[in-house]
Amino acid sequence: MPECAEPVSRPVPPPVNATAPSSPTHPAGAAPLAIELVGIDKSFGQVHANKDIHLAVKRGTIHGIIGENGAGKSTLMSILYGFYQADRGEIRVGGVPTVIRDSQAAIAAGIGMVHQHFMLVENFTVLENVMLGAEGGAFLKPGISRARAELKRLETEYALDVDPDAVIESLPVGRQQRVEILKALYRGADILILDEPTGVLTPAEADHLFRILRVLRDQGKTVILITHKLREIMAITDAVSVMRRGEMVATRTTAETTVEELAELMVGRRVLLKVDKGPAHPGPVALQVKNLTVRDHRGVTMVDDVSFDVRAGEIVGIAGVAGNGQSELLEALAGIRRPSSGDILIDGASTLGADPAMLRRRGLAHVPEDRHHMGLVLKFEEYENSILGYQDDPRFLNGPFMDIDAIRADAREKIAKYDIRPPNCRLKTANFSGGNQQKIVLAREIERDPTVLIIGQPTRGVDIGAIEFIHKRIVEMRDAGKAILLVSVELDEIRALADRVVVMFAGRVVGEKTPDASEQALGLMMAGIAA
Amino acid sequence: MDLFTAAVLVLDSTVRLTIPLLFAALAGLFSERAGVFDIGLEGKMLAGAFAAGSIAIVTGSPYLALVGAILVSVALSLVHGFASITAKGNQIVSGVAINFVAAGLTVLLGQNWFSQGGRTPQLPNTARFNPIELPGAAAVRDVPVVGYLYAELISGHSILVYLAFLAVPFSWWALYRTRFGLRLRAVGENPGAVDTAGISVEWLRYRAVIVAGIFCGLSGAYLAIAQSAGFIKDMTAGKGYIALAALIFAKWKPVPVMFACLLFGFLDAVAIRLQGTPVPLVGEVPVQIFQALPYILTCILLAGFIGTAIPPKAGGVPYTKER
Repeated sequence: MPECAEPVSRPVPPPVNATAPSSPTHPAGAAPLAIELVGIDKSFGQVHANKDIHLAVKRGTIHGIIGENGAGKSTLMSILYGFYQADRGEIRVGGVPTVIRDSQAAIAAGIGMVHQHFMLVENFTVLENVMLGAEGGAFLKPGISRARAELKRLETEYALDVDPDAVIESLPVGRQQRVEILKALYRGADILILDEPTGVLTPAEADHLFRILRVLRDQGKTVILITHKLREIMAITDAVSVMRRGEMVATRTTAETTVEELAELMVGRRVLLKVDKGPAHPGPVALQVKNLTVRDHRGVTMVDDVSFDVRAGEIVGIAGVAGNGQSELLEALAGIRRPSSGDILIDGASTLGADPAMLRRRGLAHVPEDRHHMGLVLKFEEYENSILGYQDDPRFLNGPFMDIDAIRADAREKIAKYDIRPPNCRLKTANFSGGNQQKIVLAREIERDPTVLIIGQPTRGVDIGAIEFIHKRIVEMRDAGKAILLVSVELDEIRALADRVVVMFAGRVVGEKTPDASEQALGLMMAGIAA
Repeated sequence: MDLFTAAVLVLDSTVRLTIPLLFAALAGLFSERAGVFDIGLEGKMLAGAFAAGSIAIVTGSPYLALVGAILVSVALSLVHGFASITAKGNQIVSGVAINFVAAGLTVLLGQNWFSQGGRTPQLPNTARFNPIELPGAAAVRDVPVVGYLYAELISGHSILVYLAFLAVPFSWWALYRTRFGLRLRAVGENPGAVDTAGISVEWLRYRAVIVAGIFCGLSGAYLAIAQSAGFIKDMTAGKGYIALAALIFAKWKPVPVMFACLLFGFLDAVAIRLQGTPVPLVGEVPVQIFQALPYILTCILLAGFIGTAIPPKAGGVPYTKER
């Protein structure tokens, strides 16, 4: 597939449109600005989400905005798109001060947004989705033919290949995203904001998206790309602004900066981007999956005859695009979902029929993919979550009652050891950041000293600083001789941590590679194209 | 009476029994396709019926009564709308509350105003919607089969009956061929898509519940001043719930909604027809069996014979912009 082979290039910004309106706000001779934010300030109650933000985005460029989760990127873009009103500050579009009170005003100002979670009506066709809100009259008929012609033009002009009569839910995610882009362009957007656009894409789809973005830029559009992935910033942007804790800390020309510098700006200290790990010393097989088949609640086969094993002292990574059976595999391994056939063995003994509590007693620990739904009760205080699932441990019991003092003492120990902040076991779990919540789950599961550790999406929604810590702990567990199964949709994470990579597509294992296999090779397997 | 005549009579009564269900189910269709579940169809029908009965007896005008029924029903719709759209409350609780209020208040006010045990006084024919003779019905009555069908089945219903059947293609057209319909269907599936397109989710949903109120008012007026000659305590008798079942059965689509309502109306008509009549081979069957049939059928059909009925995805969930 040629689209994977395209080399990463970072061309100089093309000449600016001659038609750009001249503006009194920038000095003569400087490149005209598409967007200028001056002193934007926004608080939500106690949380100061954006502090005196200044940002200038040049017309006809791809401008990256990078920062950790909670740095304020999304809030800033929501202000630009009229979802929230800034408490203070001014937005200038093409040099003209503009008040953006709602999305309608943003659309009128030529700003389009591609949301992280697509704002598409799934049982509508592409055409209907594109028309929604821009129907061109009370009756649909005249609008439909006009929209069809306009879509055709946009598709050819920007190399967006989408069938206007396809129903959204039948389209792969990459195409759904193109519909979002089409929606914005159809409304005449000159400035396109993309919020974490590659989170749901295969590497090939992401490459395709980047190609589209370059075409858009070359046609004179301005693209603002919000991401937390440094690699994407380096691959596609012309300039990058870094946000940290609600502040805009720096803006760089991408060609003149490095991944290391950006990471340091994001976190505020030096970060180890590479996982520091030695070679694995695999022991005997600890976890064995044999011809496992799992169906979901609709009876659809989600895991199809999957077999692999994990040895003590090694990390096996399951790579794949979200929704290819990894979640169901994890649930079956954790005893939450009963497999319809096949077997799972821990230390050679079958676990069929064991519930999650029995599995835990047999040395299995599980860090679920979705900590909010399965890993934690967010309304509980931290210490309650720190023993959730292990509340029957005699250490935490005083006769038939919970030994609150013992539990809190244990929680405080874990807080210290895992550097959970704020260090307060009486705080409601919902009030911890994503990274600290994940550390609470990890501490609970790892400190049981399991023989088999299965981890789903260990760093989803976790900031770089915490990622570094979590990765280190996982490698330490491996070196302590634990068998670790790691499921992640972040291919970079799998390649950095795993000793062997198993790729899943459409519920099947399509192949196994070493982590130093090229990203392209793995990407093709994840897309079900190569084995 | 020969079998053909009997069949036509049953079908004729099917039509009459279908109308309140059809109006109510269309009400539910608009509301639920916009993402607002409406278990309060029953209460709105009942309040509408009471308003129609009261206004008809006082003013003597069926048209004023119809308008009054619609206004009362829309007012209750707005209460439901306020609770579930603006105040983001639980839509089921709000709907149930409306049912209780309507059931109690109609009887209370009825007794207070008319002192007839909660019913409104018997209406003279001038204060009702009377059967309309379609052109030529009398002339073709004697033409075998076709003429008789036209005269008995097609002709001779009140204006509201024709309105109900016209409302079906109209609803289809409104939902699938207008901007309002496109947005309404969208807001029931993904209000975020509507919001980001710069359209007010709340106003759209309010309009949908107002449409639901209008249809429930029509349904109630039909019961009190077309089918009957006055309001009777609890005269909706669960029709609002049957309409909801028909809506689910029809997978929230206008034309199937009509057929589902006709099916339930038919079962009702058969039940009435067979009361006290011995069924061949079986003998006399207790009337309760027939009365229970629509409910039993609903249970069986919904339990899997119609495939999965997927409700509008955002149904029942108040819309809040995500932080």
